[in-house]
Amino acid sequence: MNKRTKLLLNIAALVVVILFIIIANELFDSYIKRILNLCAIYTILGLSMNLVNGFTGLFSLGQAGFMAIGAYTVAIFTVPIEARSLIFYLKPMNAFLSGIHIPFVPALLLGGVIAALFAWLIGAPVLRLRGDYLAIATLGFSEIIRIVFTNAQTITNGALGIKNIPTISNLWWTWSIALLTIFFMILLIHSSYGRAFKAIREDEIAAEAMGIGLFKHKVISFMIGAFMAAIGGGLFAALLGTVDPKQFYFTLTYNFLLIIVLGGMGSISGTIISAFIVTGGLEWLRFLDEPMSIGGINIALFRPGLRMVVFSILLMIVVLFYRNGLMGQREITWEAIGEFFKKLRTRKTRNAKGGAKVE
Amino acid sequence: MKKILSVLLCMCMSASILVGCGGSKEAAADADVIKIGVFEPLTGANAAGGELEVEGMKLANKLYPEVLGKKVELVIADNKSDKAEATTAAARLIEKDKVSAILGSWGSSLSIAAGDLVKNNKVPAIGASCTNPMVTQGNDYYFRVCFLDPFQGTVMANYAFKQGYKKAAIIQEVSNDYAVGLAKFFTDAFVKLTGDESSIVEVGNYNTNDQDFSGILTNIKEKNPDVIFAPGNFTESALIIKQARSLGITAPFIGGDTWETSEFIQVGGKEVEGAVLSTFFDDTAPANDEAKKFVEEYKKEYPNRESVAAVSALGYDAYILTLKAIETAGSADPQKIRDAIAATKDFQGVTGKITINEQGDADKNTAVIKTVKDGKFTYLDTVVIE
Amino acid sequence: MGLQTFMQHLANGISLGSLYALIAIGYTMVYGILRLINFAHGDIFMMAAYLAFFGMTIFSMPWYVAFIMVIVVTVILGILIEKAAYRPLRDAPTSSVLISAIGVSFLLENLATFLFSGKPRAFPTFETMTYSLDMQGVSVQVLTIIVPIVTLIILFILLFVINRTKLGMAMRAVSKDYEIAKVMGIKINNIIAYTFAIGSALAAIGAFLWGMKYPQVSPLMGVMPGLKCFIAAVIGGIGNIKGAVLGGFILGLAEVLLVAFFGQLTGYRDAIAFILLIIILLVRPTGLLGEKTAEKV
Repeated sequence: MNKRTKLLLNIAALVVVILFIIIANELFDSYIKRILNLCAIYTILGLSMNLVNGFTGLFSLGQAGFMAIGAYTVAIFTVPIEARSLIFYLKPMNAFLSGIHIPFVPALLLGGVIAALFAWLIGAPVLRLRGDYLAIATLGFSEIIRIVFTNAQTITNGALGIKNIPTISNLWWTWSIALLTIFFMILLIHSSYGRAFKAIREDEIAAEAMGIGLFKHKVISFMIGAFMAAIGGGLFAALLGTVDPKQFYFTLTYNFLLIIVLGGMGSISGTIISAFIVTGGLEWLRFLDEPMSIGGINIALFRPGLRMVVFSILLMIVVLFYRNGLMGQREITWEAIGEFFKKLRTRKTRNAKGGAKVE
Repeated sequence: MKKILSVLLCMCMSASILVGCGGSKEAAADADVIKIGVFEPLTGANAAGGELEVEGMKLANKLYPEVLGKKVELVIADNKSDKAEATTAAARLIEKDKVSAILGSWGSSLSIAAGDLVKNNKVPAIGASCTNPMVTQGNDYYFRVCFLDPFQGTVMANYAFKQGYKKAAIIQEVSNDYAVGLAKFFTDAFVKLTGDESSIVEVGNYNTNDQDFSGILTNIKEKNPDVIFAPGNFTESALIIKQARSLGITAPFIGGDTWETSEFIQVGGKEVEGAVLSTFFDDTAPANDEAKKFVEEYKKEYPNRESVAAVSALGYDAYILTLKAIETAGSADPQKIRDAIAATKDFQGVTGKITINEQGDADKNTAVIKTVKDGKFTYLDTVVIE
Repeated sequence: MGLQTFMQHLANGISLGSLYALIAIGYTMVYGILRLINFAHGDIFMMAAYLAFFGMTIFSMPWYVAFIMVIVVTVILGILIEKAAYRPLRDAPTSSVLISAIGVSFLLENLATFLFSGKPRAFPTFETMTYSLDMQGVSVQVLTIIVPIVTLIILFILLFVINRTKLGMAMRAVSKDYEIAKVMGIKINNIIAYTFAIGSALAAIGAFLWGMKYPQVSPLMGVMPGLKCFIAAVIGGIGNIKGAVLGGFILGLAEVLLVAFFGQLTGYRDAIAFILLIIILLVRPTGLLGEKTAEKV
């Protein structure tokens, strides 16, 4: 397959996705649109986590904290000024902040930059730590952020949270940013930085011997990951229209961990597929929480909570038996699809299913 | 094997979309059923409160299963005490189940999260026990049948002042909007009533799920307050009181309606005897016939319960108020129901007369004060604030 | 602050710290041998508390019967978790095992929510334990005195086991060098199972005492204590039992003293543990009593 065909195929795939968004925006009701929006946001957050954990091999659990930074930046700066005194009804908002209003996109970017700064600040000391220490230190960082946001009432409105954030209800914002993120990730992974990240993941000592600045690259990866997480968090805030500190409890990070484990640590296409599966699957499994009766007898098994049990068992199955997730470190490329169809033609008896993603 | 898994998961995915699309057809098929969404936390941190509220709604649905000659079906959606889940649950109720109205949720932040959705889709929602002012603020489609945080904080300050307490300490659950709100309005009112700026001698903060409060309590012990106001979740509050007593603190504890659960007494044991709280409803002295009926039926339905939780009563009220609105509107059209709810005046609910004001809140000026006596919540006083 | 108040704070801190210490030992032992943060430890602790609760209320066992039952069942649970979730991943990269540990923790929490509902239950306590002694204005519960004693007794038993018995020798060997220990004929899997058994038994004892002191059980009760006890283990030097006990006491005292001296910062209390953790990791990554180990290539 030569470069031109690939480019054409890429453009065709992009057009298909855009057409899909246009159609989805027109046809689907707000419930499905909301799920699709969540899918896109989860894709961004999954990619951000995969960059750090999957591609660079740093086991970071600080996702929720960076998301909180992004979400709160959007919340604080985009809420209409006239609504603020009503929201901050217990303690007035910090006089300096209460007069500043920033449109959505700059606020989103600002959130990303602040998160990246924080990543740099804590990354400098923490990234020198070994794998599991890093995990618990980043988890600690995300908890500290949440606790600070709970207590800093004049800035974040404390436990009351912030509402009236101008919401996004169509698919354009989330999907275009998700597409941008995917595109950026592909470029990044194929750049010299990306190769350095992967080298660090495979063997730190060997990478260092090859002349890769370990620390510098770890910090860069961590900062980019934080930036993307904050963007995801900002979109999340704008989708829900409200934020409060409890949302960013550290267990939130586990959702994204699940996505990258299922999709494959170190696979972009895997992350995308799995973001959709996890978001859709959680919705789909909802029937487990509803009472069910067969032949008039209520089965006691079906009651609220079963869904999460099934979900965590699924996670364990993936972790234990499909350690590489759906994709491992592989990607869906046009070549792979071509191969797949070739195989299909030669062995028509085989019946399998697969999806296509831009590469 | 891996392929099989991936195929399976793909099927799950496509099925989820199919289920999503199929919903609307179903709804159209059974037009002789009116659906009311129940939007409550049944798992997660708020599960206990959510369950109690649903109990009230289910009981009401059992007693009043029909309106306009149609069967009323409760569609229960678990919002998992989580905001992201809450918005999808609400969207699901509105779009997929096509409910005519929504009841809930326990936990104001969850109601706030669903606020924009009900507003944009023009489906009325009635909160049963969400007391945060922000729930109905600037939202013409959210209503509630309970009183608000500012009112409750003020009530307890008045009660404390009436008892002759001069110095108060506050222990608040700082990660809980409800507790923070109550504490603030208590402070304002208490300072005003006593005319003493320093009448609040100590403020202690704690986080949800904390279990050790000995530090805060030791500080409070040194300040020796007349009364301790501790709004917050019932589990932590029960532990606080228990630990306070074992540290030798004798000052009485007062709090809000969240304490009124059997777990509060179970966990707190004899140490919570004498704790005072404000609530919406008194099951030992039903205010009207509806309330009498409710208490009787509730005891029949749940014979193991020692008392009727106020949130169950509010859940019941939210349901019957909605039913009344559907009847007045003469249709299951959400917009018409909304207008009927907004126009509610002097509706006899089990928690007293309900009149919905312009804000969408129930105009209530009466709170019931209860105390724990012999392991039971017993009526103490009724406070009216003008 | 008066002396009396200060002494009271001190008593509170020691009693909290000794509970932390008890659970931290479990973390430290598992980490010492498997180099794995057993995220599920806090949830094993939670399960033990539920077992104790059901044993004493629904099956109305006397406390000593319940106590033994809880230890036995928790140990079995711990070994099962090790067998099912960690053993298959013995040769996998650390991150896979860590994810598995998080998965087990997630599963146990969801399972508990499903089986026992999210409602907290009252843990049965008895008078003799919760009785408050008044020592010149300082109130001390009987339990407050018992817990540190139990912790110290367990510490000495464990030190004896590790330093003086064959099992302990094998444990030390496995923790020093996994491969060589294998070559020397030590049955690694058995040793790891024993370690999990001991850790789980300690979690069970901890749960029992915790339940007496904070008489409430709920599905998420193990999350924060679990994290904090891990931090305590890191502060003391992970892999070191004496360190875990020391770390537990330090963390307990630090939390209480923050409240004592900076009353307005009480809301930040949970952050203290994490801040301490980050500081320790920066200044002395091996913890206070930990030995310096070279990174294996």
